[in-house]
Amino acid sequence: MIPTFIGITLIGFLIMRLAPGDPAELRAAGGLGAAAGGGISVEKRGSVDEAVAQWRAQYGLDKPLHVQYAVWLKNLFTLNFGESFKDNQSVWEKILERLPVTVKLNLWSLLVVYLVAIPLGVYSATHPNSFGDQVTTFAAFVLFAVPLVWAATMAIVFICGGDFYYLFPPGGLESLDFADDWPVWKQLKDHAWHLFLPVVLLSYDGFAGMSRYMRASMLEVLGQDYVQVARSKGLPERIVIAKHVLRNSLIPQVTILASILPGLIGGSVIIETIFSIPGLGQLGFESVLARDYPTVLALFTVSAVLTLFGILLSDILLAAVDPRIAFGRRQQ
Amino acid sequence: MQSNTAGETAQGLWSDVWQRFKRNPIALAGFVVVCGLGLMALCADFLANDKPYYTQYQSKTYFPILRNYLVETKLSQWPAELLNVDFKKLAGAKSFFPPIPYRPSNINLLEPLEPPSARHWFGTDKLGRDVMAGMIHGARVSLSIGFVAVGIAVAIGVVLGAIAGYFGSWIDLIVSRLFEVMLSIPTFFLLITIAALLPPSIFLTMAIIGATSWVGMARFTRNEFLKIRNLDYVTSAIALGASDRKVMFRHILPNALAPVIVSVVLGIAGAILVESSLSFLGIGVPAELVTWGSILHEASSTTFAWWLAVFPGFAIFITVLAYYLVGEGLREVLDPRLRGLR
Repeated sequence: MIPTFIGITLIGFLIMRLAPGDPAELRAAGGLGAAAGGGISVEKRGSVDEAVAQWRAQYGLDKPLHVQYAVWLKNLFTLNFGESFKDNQSVWEKILERLPVTVKLNLWSLLVVYLVAIPLGVYSATHPNSFGDQVTTFAAFVLFAVPLVWAATMAIVFICGGDFYYLFPPGGLESLDFADDWPVWKQLKDHAWHLFLPVVLLSYDGFAGMSRYMRASMLEVLGQDYVQVARSKGLPERIVIAKHVLRNSLIPQVTILASILPGLIGGSVIIETIFSIPGLGQLGFESVLARDYPTVLALFTVSAVLTLFGILLSDILLAAVDPRIAFGRRQQ
Repeated sequence: MQSNTAGETAQGLWSDVWQRFKRNPIALAGFVVVCGLGLMALCADFLANDKPYYTQYQSKTYFPILRNYLVETKLSQWPAELLNVDFKKLAGAKSFFPPIPYRPSNINLLEPLEPPSARHWFGTDKLGRDVMAGMIHGARVSLSIGFVAVGIAVAIGVVLGAIAGYFGSWIDLIVSRLFEVMLSIPTFFLLITIAALLPPSIFLTMAIIGATSWVGMARFTRNEFLKIRNLDYVTSAIALGASDRKVMFRHILPNALAPVIVSVVLGIAGAILVESSLSFLGIGVPAELVTWGSILHEASSTTFAWWLAVFPGFAIFITVLAYYLVGEGLREVLDPRLRGLR
């Protein structure tokens, strides 16, 4: 896990530093444009170069790459991600401010993924090749091919107060007149109203894919001998399914948690940008466009940590739900 | 797909695959759509063009679309009277135009954001560019990015996977670590970072998508190589003195290709999706290039122009769905064990 983490941050770091477009130059160019309002005279150019060099030294950009990386890594241990190039705010504070929004969005999406996928998968597997199964299989397949950007654009155009219907808000997390003295149910309703579309859009391709996995793993368990035994000793089908089959077929679904997390993070960039939700995805996209290297690198690290954490969590869960899996030293 | 095989030895398998693939009507439908889209992209200039197929002007006959190819390759030049003319306004010329007489670059500020009509089947965008023309030429961008990106991914993935699976031991350990890193990297974020930092270019976009999407193929290849490496025929090839490279790519690879082919087809769909998301976010391909994603982007900021949202998105959807269907059909034919999984 540690080497993986080092590898990820190293890749991110190198990309950030080796990309063309020096942030110091960009910053100088931006400042100059404002000050001189046009062409740069020779003597002014000299003082600009001086400022650029100074600024580089301030952010440690004049040192060799490996030293920069070492310094960055050292600062990481104290959660010091440096200051944003854009507004000189502490990057870590910026992230902390937005982290809850993205985590909330993704947790709800995960919940929806599991809540929709598992019943669908169970239904399909217990009625294999029935009309309902074929319809859900086909629907899941089609849904899986729907591009997120299309679904989101259609939602914005048709049901978010364009010229058609105004069923959902076109953006933000709360209404403009949202007030803390609203009654709780009203606050909750407002939140739910704003979160509904982003969560559905973030999760549809997850539950489409996962219902297929669920169906497959359920069918596999249904074919095993112990299920036959449970049936032949006279247990009602409902108990066989709920108690004997479902539990075992849930095990593989736990591991999928690890594989949908990176997708959710990528999806939040698109969804948060479209719906102007002030989360990490939006911050990331804005920082990338502004070449705010410290922020981008920090976000990169945070999402990698979240992903690794998801993998770890699914490993632990796996060991918890399946006693056959143990993480001790392998028997030689 | 069956044309991807090398050598006569694989002929039996691939004609068998085609025979069985044909029996699945849904997969076959996907295959037809894939071919149709490819054809549309290839013939984009003949379907949507502001130049006519042929024109009679001043009692001379020209084939402007074909001529344009020659001019672009510097093999020929426009005659002086036809240089930079608008063929539609050519006085006294008899011309025969393609079904959509516009190019995606034809800006017409007199008809911005026109809804679909007989003149513009799918409407026009903010600059009065014909959406249908943009979509037909956009298919070129999407498909070429899909193919080239996956080509790059296959090149990286198959080579790395083959090396890891064939040599095993510490090489496998290192390469597998690399897979792990790539798997837990937030790929899409990495992608938009690189794409936004580099200058916009269609070739760089292909390279970036390829360089971030090879892990799946590498793992499939590695697993197949691990399996096949210990088969008797490989041992005998080594015993006969074949070099490592020859054993890997001549003897093992053809037998390891089946699962890779499936992930190639699905990978094209994935790359098309990624490209559309990138151009939707306004990064990657140059801004003046009309792509399916860039039309969608305009739709999201112009909320009443439903035609900008419906058609290009549907095009992405149908393309991706068709590739999925073909991939799924191939998977069922090639590897019955994986049936039902995605």
